[in-house]
Amino acid sequence: MQILPLFIAIPMGAAFVLAMLLKARHSVVDILANVVTAVLLALSITLIMTKGTITYEMGRWAPPLGIVLVLDGLTVLMLLIVNLIAFLATIFSISYMERFTAKAKFYSMFMLMLTGLNGVILTGDIFNMFVFLEIASIASYVLVAFGTEDEELEASFKYMVISSVGGLFILLSIALLYAMTGTLNMAHLSQIISSQKSGIGFLFTAALMITGFAIKAAIVPFHAWLPDAHPSAPSPVSAMLSGVFIKTLGIYAMMRVLVNVIGISILGRAWGIMLVLGAVSMVIGALLGLGQKDYKRLLAYSSVSQVGYIILAFGLGTPLGYLAALFHLTNHAVFKALMFFNAGAVEYATGTRDLEKMGGLSEKMPVTGITSVVGTLSISGVPPFNGFWSKLLIIIACIQAGRFSYAVIAILVSVLTLAYFLKVQRLAFFGKIKETLSNIKEVPVPMRVSLIVLAVLCLVIGLDAFRIVQGMDSSWLVRVLLNPAKEVLVNGTGYVSSILPK
Amino acid sequence: MMLIYVLCMILFAIGIYGIVVKKNLVKIIISFCILDYAVNLFFILIGYKKDGIAPIMMPGQDKAQFVAQTVDPLPQALVLTSIVIGLGITILMVAIAIRLYDKYGTFDVMKMRKLKG
Repeated sequence: MQILPLFIAIPMGAAFVLAMLLKARHSVVDILANVVTAVLLALSITLIMTKGTITYEMGRWAPPLGIVLVLDGLTVLMLLIVNLIAFLATIFSISYMERFTAKAKFYSMFMLMLTGLNGVILTGDIFNMFVFLEIASIASYVLVAFGTEDEELEASFKYMVISSVGGLFILLSIALLYAMTGTLNMAHLSQIISSQKSGIGFLFTAALMITGFAIKAAIVPFHAWLPDAHPSAPSPVSAMLSGVFIKTLGIYAMMRVLVNVIGISILGRAWGIMLVLGAVSMVIGALLGLGQKDYKRLLAYSSVSQVGYIILAFGLGTPLGYLAALFHLTNHAVFKALMFFNAGAVEYATGTRDLEKMGGLSEKMPVTGITSVVGTLSISGVPPFNGFWSKLLIIIACIQAGRFSYAVIAILVSVLTLAYFLKVQRLAFFGKIKETLSNIKEVPVPMRVSLIVLAVLCLVIGLDAFRIVQGMDSSWLVRVLLNPAKEVLVNGTGYVSSILPK
Repeated sequence: MMLIYVLCMILFAIGIYGIVVKKNLVKIIISFCILDYAVNLFFILIGYKKDGIAPIMMPGQDKAQFVAQTVDPLPQALVLTSIVIGLGITILMVAIAIRLYDKYGTFDVMKMRKLKG
């Protein structure tokens, strides 16, 4: 398929072109960046209808020697999410980033990050995956420090040290894999691993991998950087980081490597660690979120908690668990991006992120107010919005797998989530407006567009999912996107046969 | 032969120790470099053979003998990439450390605590 390399080539080319446009007018830069992300979104929409697995050999070097780009169900889903959020984030940036002077530099780094994300999703070579992972990470370190205030630099430094150590863990495990198998192509790796008897070496490698990816995904013992880094970035970037970045670099890469390459069967009972990690992340993220006064910091803790849900469902290892994990991943990308855009809109209008200095904003900012209610209801799992369905599926999957205690934890954390988001609503949007805020205005049109599109998506996905009641396949989203993605995971190491010839 | 892997892992442990324990930005950066070197060294060791020859095949050379003698070139190529990535990260760290020094007048992590919990 000829368009696969474009997902990497277009944003990377745009990054360098934008870096040369430092002196250009802001409108030119805006148009260029938005056209690029719009094209990428359109390309990823055209991929929806592809069936089966498609590979593209880079430079016509056949696997296992050459690098392949792989397109299967899981890739299609991830590409669609990443490019959708990226498109909305660039629209949002048109107005939001006006107060920063170096807009071209911002877009340039943004495109580089997008290159890394698309690359991680598409690549079929494990070292190549590491390289794209680091491209995305380095761009994100710069974006976190973009405001160059004290807090932002500090957060960026902390994030950079922790996340790079995570990257080195991944590199070390890749080195070990290469030492044991002598190949780097993921499909070929999987073939060799499944033909070998002893699993101890691979178990150790998998442990290193889980550590590395857990640091990148900010799962609870390794979450310390996230609540500093995500709020410090400019809001469109926070939305990208929380919405898709930690999922692509952490969860997607982990799923791909553990399920498709190493194979869960080698891990055996050690796989249960995922359930524990997920449950601990859910609880601790939610508890820490309760006490926050800073709007974006609260959202960042909520990301830790919601990623816990995804890891928990993924760790169940059942087909329904995978489906629920992917569904929640999609939904979380949509509503968390929406909520960070909301926080950005509030910050844009009022100039503060402190919840106690806000109040009654709904009166002056109706669009932001209404969309934030939609986001709140979605994330806390209130029907008919999308979050309800994915959380319901996670709970059903837990019960189906016989893990009742985890199901109870999932329900309790959902209640906690509702509690702290109601606090946001009460402090920021409801009640009487403060004297100091009496002359604020609703945000400009481009920001409103992003907010409305995401809020509508929350509702539409939720309404579409109502049809799950009549059987899984009657929902469009499940039938067209989630099921093919789930099949890839259920298929496990069967991934090989679709990529390597013969 | 085993000894060198052990030494490599000790280097790795020193790097982790430095990053976790040290409170000075410059020392943290140096620890990160040590950690980076340890991983790169490990990668190189995988492909290393004692008295190995350069992996360039001359015409008329016996294939089986060549494979037995040559060092593995792939880890070397990968390490080049990884060194460049490490370089990029180190430069960015140093740049941010300089900016932090401008703001606070110190490299001590304990004295720059705008961020909480």
